[in-house]
Amino acid sequence: MRAMGIDIGSRFIKAALLENGELAATRMADTSFDPLERCKGLLEEVAADKVVATGYGRHLLEIHTSIQTITEIKAFARGARALLPSCRTIIDIGGQDTKVISLNEVGSVKKFEMNDRCAAGTGKFLEIMARALGYALEEFGFISSEGRSELQINSMCTVFAESEVISLITKGAKREDIAVAVHRSVANRVISMARRVSMDEDITFAGGCAKNSLLKSLIEAGMGKRIMVAEKPEIAGALGAALYAQEG
Amino acid sequence: MSGKDYTKMWKDLGLNLENHAGLLDVLSKAYKDIYLSQKNRPKAMEYFDFVISEVHGLRIEEILNAKEAGRKVVGTFCVYVPEEIVLAADGVCIGLCAGAEVGSDEAGKYLPRNTCALIKAFMGFKLSGLCPYVESADLIVGETTCDGKKKAYESFNDITGKVYVMEVPHMKTTEDRKLWLSEVMRFKDKMVALSGKEITVVGFKKAVSKVNAKRKALQRLSRLRAADPAPISGLDALLVNQVSFYDDPVRFTEMTNKLCDELDQRVSNGTGAAAKGAPRILVSGSPMAIPNWKLHAIIEGSGAVAVGEESCIGERNHRDLLDENFSTVDEAMEKLASRYLGIDCACFTPNNERIDNIKALAKSLKADGIIHYSLQFCTPYMMEAYKAERAVTGVPFMRIETDYSMEDFGQLKTRIEAFIEILR
Repeated sequence: MRAMGIDIGSRFIKAALLENGELAATRMADTSFDPLERCKGLLEEVAADKVVATGYGRHLLEIHTSIQTITEIKAFARGARALLPSCRTIIDIGGQDTKVISLNEVGSVKKFEMNDRCAAGTGKFLEIMARALGYALEEFGFISSEGRSELQINSMCTVFAESEVISLITKGAKREDIAVAVHRSVANRVISMARRVSMDEDITFAGGCAKNSLLKSLIEAGMGKRIMVAEKPEIAGALGAALYAQEG
Repeated sequence: MSGKDYTKMWKDLGLNLENHAGLLDVLSKAYKDIYLSQKNRPKAMEYFDFVISEVHGLRIEEILNAKEAGRKVVGTFCVYVPEEIVLAADGVCIGLCAGAEVGSDEAGKYLPRNTCALIKAFMGFKLSGLCPYVESADLIVGETTCDGKKKAYESFNDITGKVYVMEVPHMKTTEDRKLWLSEVMRFKDKMVALSGKEITVVGFKKAVSKVNAKRKALQRLSRLRAADPAPISGLDALLVNQVSFYDDPVRFTEMTNKLCDELDQRVSNGTGAAAKGAPRILVSGSPMAIPNWKLHAIIEGSGAVAVGEESCIGERNHRDLLDENFSTVDEAMEKLASRYLGIDCACFTPNNERIDNIKALAKSLKADGIIHYSLQFCTPYMMEAYKAERAVTGVPFMRIETDYSMEDFGQLKTRIEAFIEILR
C-alpha cells in the first residue's frame, strides 16, 4: 500500500509517501502560479494507491480529482504527533498563516487558533523582511541573537513593518540588529497566540519556519519553555495527510 | 432575475439602473451557486426561490400598489421595531437592504472605516441607488441599539429625510421599562399621524394575530430542525427567516406552514437535506441580513449542517409571542412593550438571558458545536462572544469575526473545517 499526503501551502507543496507504513519518500516543490500542474506532476511521479490533500490549496485537488481532503490543523496534529509522540502543543508558522494547535493526551485537536486574514507575523512576513535587508532566506534564520541590541519593530503589518525596517536602515541601525528585531516581533506574536491556546508541554515547532533556529530560540526564550523540532519539520502536514490516506 | 421588465418602476423610484442591474446580476449568480446547487431541497422552497427572484420586482410592485391604495410603507432595520403597530395602522412593514458589500466608497463619505458591514451596507445601498425598499418607504424607523447605528441614522436622515428613531434602553430596570413603554406609545402616535388611521383594539388584535401566526410558523420551522437528519439545510432555513422581513406576512405564514408540512413528512420518512449524523452547528450572534449567506455556505460546504440561528434573523425575531389577551389599546401597548423588552440583544447590560438561551437552544437543537458569529466592529456581540464561550461548557465553541467581503474566505474555510473535524 502506497499512501501519499500532499500539503499544498501558499509557498511550497510538500508530499510524503508511506509505503507499508514506513516513510519512503518526501518531495517539496514551489507552489508557483500553477499549483495544480505541480500537484499533478507529483501525483504522477509518486503514483500512490491512496492520496489525501491538505493545506491552503487542498480544495484544488478535491475539485479536480476528487481526492479526499483534511485541514492542515488536523494534518499537522497527526503528523507532528507521528514525528514527536509526546507533543501536546504545535506551533506552525506557514507561508501565509500562523497557527497554534492544542492536543489532548491521545493527540486529538482540542483547540486551535490561526491568524484570520492578513499575512502579519507569518513566513511571508519574514521572507519580505529578509529581502528588504538583503538576506537570502536560508541565511536569514541563522543570525545569532547574542549581543544584539534590543531594537523593536512595532508594526505587525507587513507593509508598515517594511517601512519601519527601511527607516531603521536609513538611521544607520545594523542590519543584524534589525533582522533579530524582525524575528522577535514574529516570535512575540506567536507566543501571545500560544498563551491564548496552549503552552502544554511537549511543545513542537513544525512547518518550514521551524528550520529557522533564531526564531526557535526567541520563542523558547519568550515562553521560558523548551521547544522540540523534528528532523523534517516542513513535512509534518504532508505526513499527517499520508497517515490518514493509509487508514483509508 | 425575473421574467417581467420592471425598468420603469425602478427608474421612477430613482434607482441607479446601471448599478442596480449589476447588483441583480451578482445576486442571481450567487443565488444559483449557493442555493440552487444544493441537493435534497424541500419542494416547498420553490416559493422562496420565487420570492428571491422577485425581491426587487413583484414585491416592490405590490408595495407600490399598497401605497397607491393609501397604505403607508415603513422600513426597519431591527427586531425592536414593533411590526404590530405598523400593521394596526394599516401599514406595510419591511426590513431594509443591509446584507451585501455595496456602495462602500459612497458610504465612506459618511462613515469611518471601522464601522460594521451592516451599517456600511444600508448607507451604501441608499447612496448608490440600489434599494427600492428605502425609496418606497414613507418612514424609516431606526433605533438606538448600538452606537454605530445610532449615529449613522443621523446621516441617514440627512440623506433620506424620513428617519424616525426609537430609543431602546440598554438596561431592563423599572425605569427602563417606563421609558420603553413611552417610546412605544410615541411610535403608535407617530403611526396614527402618518397613516391618518386610528388604532383600535379590534384592529390591533388583528395585527397581533397576523404577526403571532408568522412567529408560530417560524417557531415550527425552528423545532423541525432538531431532527437528525436535518430536514432542511441551514441555508434554506436562514433564507426563510430573511424573507420573513420582506414578504406579505399572511402569505409568508401560509407558505412557511406549507414548507413545515413537507418537513413534517420528511422527518417521519427520515429524509434529510444533510446526511444523518452530519455535524450539527448552532450559529449564534450578529444578524445576517439578506443576502449574507457567507457563514452558512462555508459550514454546509464543509459537510456540516447549520441547525439554528441564535440571531435577530432567527430566534430573537420569533421566540416570544405577544400576549393577545388585552381589552384596551393601552393594555395592548403595555403587553407589547414588555414582549419587545424581552429580546436579548447584546446591546443590553446585563444580558444573561442570552447566554441561557444559547445553552437551551444548543440542547433543544442537539447541536454538536456552536459558532459565534460577530460582524467585525459589532462591539456588543464581539464582547459577548467571550462571555458566551466561557459560559457554554460541554459543546465545542468557536468565535468568528468577519464581514461581507470574501477576502477572508480561505482562512475562514480552514478554521470552520478544522472545527467540524473536531466534532466528527
